[in-house]
Amino acid sequence: MKTGKQKALNILMNVLLIIYAVFALFPLIWMVMISFKSDTEVFTTTFAFHPTLANYKEVLLRSDYGRYILDSVIVSGGAVLVSIIVGVPAAYALARYNFPRKEDLAFQILSYKFAPEILVVLPLFMIYQKLGLYDSYLGLIWVYQLISLPLLIWVVRGYFEDISVEIEYAAQVDGYSWYQIFFKMLVPLIKPGLVSSALLAFIFAWNSFTFPLILSSNKVYPVTVAIMKYLGTDSAHYGQLAVASTVSALPAVIFALCIQKHLVRGLSFGAVKG
Amino acid sequence: MAAKKNGNDKSEFNTVPFSTRVRPYLIVAPSLIITIGIMVPFAMAIWYSLTNYSFKLPTHKFIGISNWVNMLGDASFWGAVKISLLYGVISTVLEMLIGLGVAILLNNLNNGLSKVLRVLLVFPLMIAPVTATIVWQLMLNSSVGIVEKLLNKFGVYNFPWAAAPGTALMTVIIIDVWINTAFIILLVLAGLQSLPKSPFESAKIDGGSAWFNFTNLTLPMLKPSLYIALLFRFMAALQEYAVIFALTKGGPGDSLMSLSLTAYQKGFKFQKFGAAIPYILVLWLIINIAAKKIVKLQRTAQKQAAGLEE
Repeated sequence: MKTGKQKALNILMNVLLIIYAVFALFPLIWMVMISFKSDTEVFTTTFAFHPTLANYKEVLLRSDYGRYILDSVIVSGGAVLVSIIVGVPAAYALARYNFPRKEDLAFQILSYKFAPEILVVLPLFMIYQKLGLYDSYLGLIWVYQLISLPLLIWVVRGYFEDISVEIEYAAQVDGYSWYQIFFKMLVPLIKPGLVSSALLAFIFAWNSFTFPLILSSNKVYPVTVAIMKYLGTDSAHYGQLAVASTVSALPAVIFALCIQKHLVRGLSFGAVKG
Repeated sequence: MAAKKNGNDKSEFNTVPFSTRVRPYLIVAPSLIITIGIMVPFAMAIWYSLTNYSFKLPTHKFIGISNWVNMLGDASFWGAVKISLLYGVISTVLEMLIGLGVAILLNNLNNGLSKVLRVLLVFPLMIAPVTATIVWQLMLNSSVGIVEKLLNKFGVYNFPWAAAPGTALMTVIIIDVWINTAFIILLVLAGLQSLPKSPFESAKIDGGSAWFNFTNLTLPMLKPSLYIALLFRFMAALQEYAVIFALTKGGPGDSLMSLSLTAYQKGFKFQKFGAAIPYILVLWLIINIAAKKIVKLQRTAQKQAAGLEE
């Protein structure tokens, strides 16, 4: 039974959400509109203009933009994959076990996130050149761990800590092996944290600018660096810039759409939290 | 609270076999090995702060703490500390409040609108911050921007936005909020989705009000996730560079010269890398202290939340 008060509250909530959505989405709509405008029309503020595909042709057909996107997918995707493989077990250990200096270790991992990039990147440039990691996929995937790993470990750790250890014992007693317990029972429970932090880690790695700017050049050329080309020194090509950024957002958008249904906590076999 | 696998007191810990004791370290080790290499550049940077290191000079020599002394004697240093803190605190607080509010709306309104917006509202994060800032710059342009046209309808003309020292900070913060609130929304929404159902079911039977349920159940159980979001957002906001640089390069005047921007300017524009590093290390120290404090709060909240869920 819905009372009048509840109905009014419901309407208010929808209105507030729409107000925020307008604020959040309008600049994106504006950007997509600019991507269809010629350079002479960029500064018009009416919604009527002569749409053109010239910017798309210029960016997508007359440059290696597809290759830059692919490079970004490889390094950002690779970075997240490595972070999941080494980070999820680490998060589990930091949540489940009690061992001396545990909190210090966790803080050590966190501290990589606030190591100022500019401080790290110049010495790293010299080290990378000595190790042969300069301008390589592996080199960027490695340095991106500073961006993706702390976030993933700290978010996922919290989700592991929410799961009672008793249900793990119970499953052990019932004769399930450790990987059955891990993949069938624990993974569904940590899923919202795992997929949301993986998406955020992917986005931050994707948007990273300082690292690829200084640690790579020709062989590996992520989009964030490539986009800067459209901001030429004397004449900025806003239309092409808008195309470049619209297209460069697509992989993250696809990622977000894919994980959407996993953002809701999964049901693991009969397990309840707490 | 659930008992930990290895027991809680030290004497018990010492009786477990060695192989069990080292297991957690072995599991954490790959993460540390991968990232530990970063300590080398960090140590090198501290050394450089004691030299006259510059890209222009072929060699560098030890000059003691004079870079540090110069920085502390520089009036612009204290201004930069203030701007970094103002920017970090105001933008983070706004993003936390708006992000929490929007996440709750998305969670409570289980209609088509909220389902679509759950995906769409994350999009601002996916645009490179520099490009996002340029789009805002076009929108805020004080003669031909669309926002100006909108303000004209309300009788406001030539609002200066980033062009005047008085409104520049507000302008970068608006852009920062636009980009990064999505970060909070996503983490808090995931936190809300993973709350256990049973405490709410028993509260329903007890007949508590919605507000009572929110402050006594939702908030305490959500707190650990909120602190994680706060931690990562605040650390990044204190370091923010891209938005300010793309918008005004630190101007007008030095009204937006934060610690990061001052350091970049000294390091790259004036080519004095050695002199730039102390600014970054001060920033690092501020973030370190803030992070320690937030982590402590997070650990306490996590323990309390675990108790609530029993």
